[in-house]
Amino acid sequence: MCATLSGPAGTPAPTRRALIGGAAATVLACPARAGTAPRVVVVGAGFGGATAARYLARGGAAVSLVEASPTYVACPFSNEVVAGLRGIEAQTFGYDGLGRAGLTLLPATASAVDPDARRVSLADGASLPYDRLILSPGIDLRFDAVPGYDAQAVTAMPHAWKAGAQTVLLARQLAALPEGGTVVLSAPANPYRCPPGPYERASLIAHFLKTRKPRAKLILLDAKDTFSKQKLFEEAWATLYPDVLEHVPLSSGGQVTAVDPAAMVVRTDFAEYKADVACIIPPQRAGRIAVLAGCADRSGWCPIDPVTFESQRVAGIHVIGDAAVAGAMPKSAFSANAQGKVCAQAVLDLLAGRAPQTPKLINTCYSLVAPGYGISIAGVFHPANGLLADVPGAGGTSPLGAPAAQRAQEAAQGEDWYRTITRDAFG
Amino acid sequence: MIRARRARLAAALAVLGANAAPAAEPPPAEIRPPAGAASCTGCHAAGAAMGALDGRPESEIAGALAAFRSGERPATIMNRIARGFDEAESRAIAAWFAGRGTP
Repeated sequence: MCATLSGPAGTPAPTRRALIGGAAATVLACPARAGTAPRVVVVGAGFGGATAARYLARGGAAVSLVEASPTYVACPFSNEVVAGLRGIEAQTFGYDGLGRAGLTLLPATASAVDPDARRVSLADGASLPYDRLILSPGIDLRFDAVPGYDAQAVTAMPHAWKAGAQTVLLARQLAALPEGGTVVLSAPANPYRCPPGPYERASLIAHFLKTRKPRAKLILLDAKDTFSKQKLFEEAWATLYPDVLEHVPLSSGGQVTAVDPAAMVVRTDFAEYKADVACIIPPQRAGRIAVLAGCADRSGWCPIDPVTFESQRVAGIHVIGDAAVAGAMPKSAFSANAQGKVCAQAVLDLLAGRAPQTPKLINTCYSLVAPGYGISIAGVFHPANGLLADVPGAGGTSPLGAPAAQRAQEAAQGEDWYRTITRDAFG
Repeated sequence: MIRARRARLAAALAVLGANAAPAAEPPPAEIRPPAGAASCTGCHAAGAAMGALDGRPESEIAGALAAFRSGERPATIMNRIARGFDEAESRAIAAWFAGRGTP
């Protein structure tokens, strides 16, 4: 068994060098089980996990993909659902395509990982052995971070930061907003899923209010002073939503310090906001299974090797997508998809006894500030000093002051991207 | 203690040796996507409105990347991405996609 060579149980947390040593031993040992394909378990069938599983199966690994949900509801473009511009069905993907990819889809919840025995326990009692494990669990919302915002508060004050029922709920609450009503939206401090997401949401809610709810206002309470695509958003807001959207940055007292869902009140250090609709995007951490597996550090996120995405804390486990600390690479669907493919190749290499190549990864992220008005940010990343760093000279945002035709072109390209990446991930 | 550790190590090495021997010949490194190529299909997979890359001529892909990089060819986003790859990396990506079937 590979596992017996990865280090005796009960030893102290291994150093990075030791982990690499352990990985090397595993590499040599795994092809040993003659006649059997190496077993890879992937937990989580979002953009990262589904992509990794498909590419691993294509590479000849025996892949088990553990996912409790029967469908995936995608976050990109879910702000359009919030603003009534799109149905939730356009966000929803079945897993039939994954079944056709030659992998085993297990409808189950992963409840524990034993990294020494190299086994994943499922909630139904089953236990899956693995040679390498990929965790792509996405995020968990931190219900201990904003006083008053616990798991019960999400009905009165949806986060809608995991697409699905929450997205639909927020859309319904907005549709029922009284004329002249107040919407409060809060954005968390870094890091969190989808850095420009709260600002796209603010834009599209402002569009909804402007076109459907005369005299209604949106207050964006922000725990930051700077954010992704900031100048582009601010340029658009000044033109499109000057009387609808008020952005309160950190330095003006934008940090939410408490909420009272029963009274529909959102508090900061300086003010109290009575909301008709409140969307609270709380701080986040890596999805629970990554924490249970020991991959998360005190920040709540999972440090990884930037070449293989192997956990810096637990040998044999790779972490991709929003849960990973990927340096300059943002937590986005595009990043998770790109990381899934790089990690799949690295795992195939390690299992075959080859040294993984030094990768480069791309991220592209479109935001819609109004229908037909798209903006983007792109980046190219490479391993540097143990993290994924920006490749100097590459990347950046759409230009300020671009003509409407270019904004329209980027809006259309965002749609094209969504159709393509969801097919690349889910088949 | 030391003896026990040595024994464990010897046992581990014996297992390692026995196991490593019949390992299959690893596939040649050339079949792996070069740095950056895996990300391209996030937008340019088969059937993509933005254009699939599989099977496109190497010179066409490498030429496009060079023109995006220099700014000679106008773009919304590829100018920002192409600057992350030098000529050799661009050629490797172009060769990889050119070798993958027909568009």
